[in-house]
Amino acid sequence: MPPLDLLPLAASESNLLAAREQMAFTLGFHIVLSCIGVALPATMLVANYLGLKKGDAHALELAKRWSKAMAVTFAVGAVTGTVLSFEFGLLWPQFEHRFGSVFGIAFAIEGIFFFVEAIFLAVYIYGWKRLRPWAHFWSGVPMVVTGIGGAFSVVAANAWMNQPQGFTLNSAGEVVDVEPLKVLFNPATGYEVAHMILAAYMVVGFLVASIYAVGMLKGRRDRLHRLGLVIPLTIACIATPVQLFVGDTAAREIASDQPAKFAAMECIYETGPDQTEYLGGICTEDGVKGAIGIPGLNSFLVGWSTDTKVTGLNDIPDDEEPPAHTLLHLSFDTMVGIGSALLGLALWFGFVWWKRRDIPQTPWFLRAVSISGGAAIVALWCGWIVTEVGRQPWIVNGYMRTSEAVTEAEGIWFSFGLVLFLYAALGTGAILVLRGMSRRWREAGAEEVQSPYAPQTEEVG
Amino acid sequence: MSKADAAAAILWVGATFYALFGGADFGGGFWDLVAGWDERGQRPRDAIQRSLTPVWEANHVWLIFVLVVLWTAFPTAFSAIFTTLYVPIALAALGIVLRGAGFAFRKSIVGLRERRAMGATFAISSVLTPFFMGTVVGAIAAGNVPAAGNGDAFSSWIQPLPLLIGAMFVATGAYLAAVFLVGDARRGDHELERYFERRALGAAVVAGALAIAGIFALHSEARYVFDRLTDQGLPLVILSLLCGAALLAVLVRGGRRPLRPLAAGAVVAVIWGWGVAQFPYLLPTSLRIDQAAAPDPTMTIIFIVFAAAAVVVLPSLGLLYTLAQKDLLESEH
Repeated sequence: MPPLDLLPLAASESNLLAAREQMAFTLGFHIVLSCIGVALPATMLVANYLGLKKGDAHALELAKRWSKAMAVTFAVGAVTGTVLSFEFGLLWPQFEHRFGSVFGIAFAIEGIFFFVEAIFLAVYIYGWKRLRPWAHFWSGVPMVVTGIGGAFSVVAANAWMNQPQGFTLNSAGEVVDVEPLKVLFNPATGYEVAHMILAAYMVVGFLVASIYAVGMLKGRRDRLHRLGLVIPLTIACIATPVQLFVGDTAAREIASDQPAKFAAMECIYETGPDQTEYLGGICTEDGVKGAIGIPGLNSFLVGWSTDTKVTGLNDIPDDEEPPAHTLLHLSFDTMVGIGSALLGLALWFGFVWWKRRDIPQTPWFLRAVSISGGAAIVALWCGWIVTEVGRQPWIVNGYMRTSEAVTEAEGIWFSFGLVLFLYAALGTGAILVLRGMSRRWREAGAEEVQSPYAPQTEEVG
Repeated sequence: MSKADAAAAILWVGATFYALFGGADFGGGFWDLVAGWDERGQRPRDAIQRSLTPVWEANHVWLIFVLVVLWTAFPTAFSAIFTTLYVPIALAALGIVLRGAGFAFRKSIVGLRERRAMGATFAISSVLTPFFMGTVVGAIAAGNVPAAGNGDAFSSWIQPLPLLIGAMFVATGAYLAAVFLVGDARRGDHELERYFERRALGAAVVAGALAIAGIFALHSEARYVFDRLTDQGLPLVILSLLCGAALLAVLVRGGRRPLRPLAAGAVVAVIWGWGVAQFPYLLPTSLRIDQAAAPDPTMTIIFIVFAAAAVVVLPSLGLLYTLAQKDLLESEH
């Protein structure tokens, strides 16, 4: 179907930039918290299960601490998520106006998942003392399911923006029919959803492990710290190789479905076979500067043969070309680079564990783990930069430009400034609160932890 | 009933739940704000916190539900509202951020000064947020949102009726919260029971006075809604009045009859009275429900989601409230 440009380009470029920056910033902030909401429940339930099965008070203590931390991150995530749903109307009213009936389907489904997650999170967090142990454990299980379901719904909506389908427009450009299943299961849904859920498990696994790695580097080498490192790290290390496989598949799909995005993230200008894979560098119209080039590799990765033809940016119409090629290229490379480094860490950990049932004893291992959480978050952000900036100038790929979607309201730069200030305070506050909790736990003494459950625990053994 | 009407009814159901539970949440913040300094306010403040902690996040998901159903089922109404009333909407969003953060941080920090700052943030934004939400509703009822959107950013809501409805939202939330907290206090704290009974009475009187003023403002600023409210909507208005009067009688006579159903009944009747009065308009009198409606398959998804909410969310919510009411959930860390 041809692109329809029926709405006048009314908003100023300045408004568009401010709105895009605000959206990118609030989304980048929220996405870290939503990863925690998606993947932390499974992590803490693993600790909870081990604790109950083996009567391990340390594991139960970890599950309890993580649930208390999640009370904070979930609260902040709930408000930043609410802000995003307001922003769809405040920043992109024309997008909702034209495509709300299509794009909203996934969000309506997400609402149910989020609801159930919020309910059972409350039962789990506040149920430690008075619920029976296994009943309490099971009250946490819905969160794992709803986390995955919620991630599916939201990412399916994003996938639809990349690969829109399942709707019919009339001659005025209005949506007159919708096929919900086609909207939800568009060509990008599979790889985007898998990529995001695995990313959430990696971010949470490495992040939680990195906190305990820092503690161990400071000399706190008690059992609690060891367990707090091993449980989340194991989960992250299982997710990492799968993630690299999914990511590789996603890149190939993008090469065929969204050639403009692919060309920009790989810095390809001339269409043809034998494309060089560039690592790093600055993208310019005269080619890539300062990169390490591996001849033919790009074509090989796209189609398993150096003869594979890859579309270059020069064959994309100027007004449909993504901006900021260097940003896209370096973001993509950073994501892949971090992912590969984390795979190395996973293999190291896996090998030593297999040989000795223990973590590698060198402090370099702890140092590597202690930065892995931050690195995973950076990779997450880079991935979203590639997805979102790479789709520009479209908000709905091929159908609606971002410039057509933006609000005409004044004061978006002001609201962006306010959001920056507010979120800085929110982030600082959350980190201070979490650090305060951790300090109090430490002062209470890690060695003599008791089961967080009421005395009835004996029944379970 | 057309599919669009059914979707509008679902929207109203969501708004009703949000008004009841989200409203009571905001009201809890209001009573926290006016509880007095430190020691004096400590007991009611603790009671409010105990009552809110396990449920406040779930309560606020109804807002997300309302927003998502509005933009999915009635995208043109959504964009018209957001391009016109973006000032109060953005202020409400700001309040939501401050309120959530203030509440979550307050109970997780120990320093007295920080706790006080966070508590104040929570309490003040608990008043401002429902106020701005009320102005949005008032502006819609007054017909100040044109169907094409981009109505005046300020004169659309800085009018007597929207401002009055904003104040009414605050008072109604305070009224609901006080009644809910009386119920909580009846499980053991007689002094606190009296404390919240007096406040429920005060809030009921203020909310009632605002409602009467609101009738006059409706008459001059929202004639369409006024006419239908005093016609088709009249039974619901009377029901609301009866519930309110019965509740006042129970409070004044100091009996221990259940208060919550009466308070909820008074509020629910007003919300549905407003719905009946607006019908068939989403934006009186420029956009009808059927004009704003999404295509049928989208509506079907809304129905499925609503059915899922009825089958999955409501029982889960019931479980959460039951556990909380049986004191099986512990709010202290």
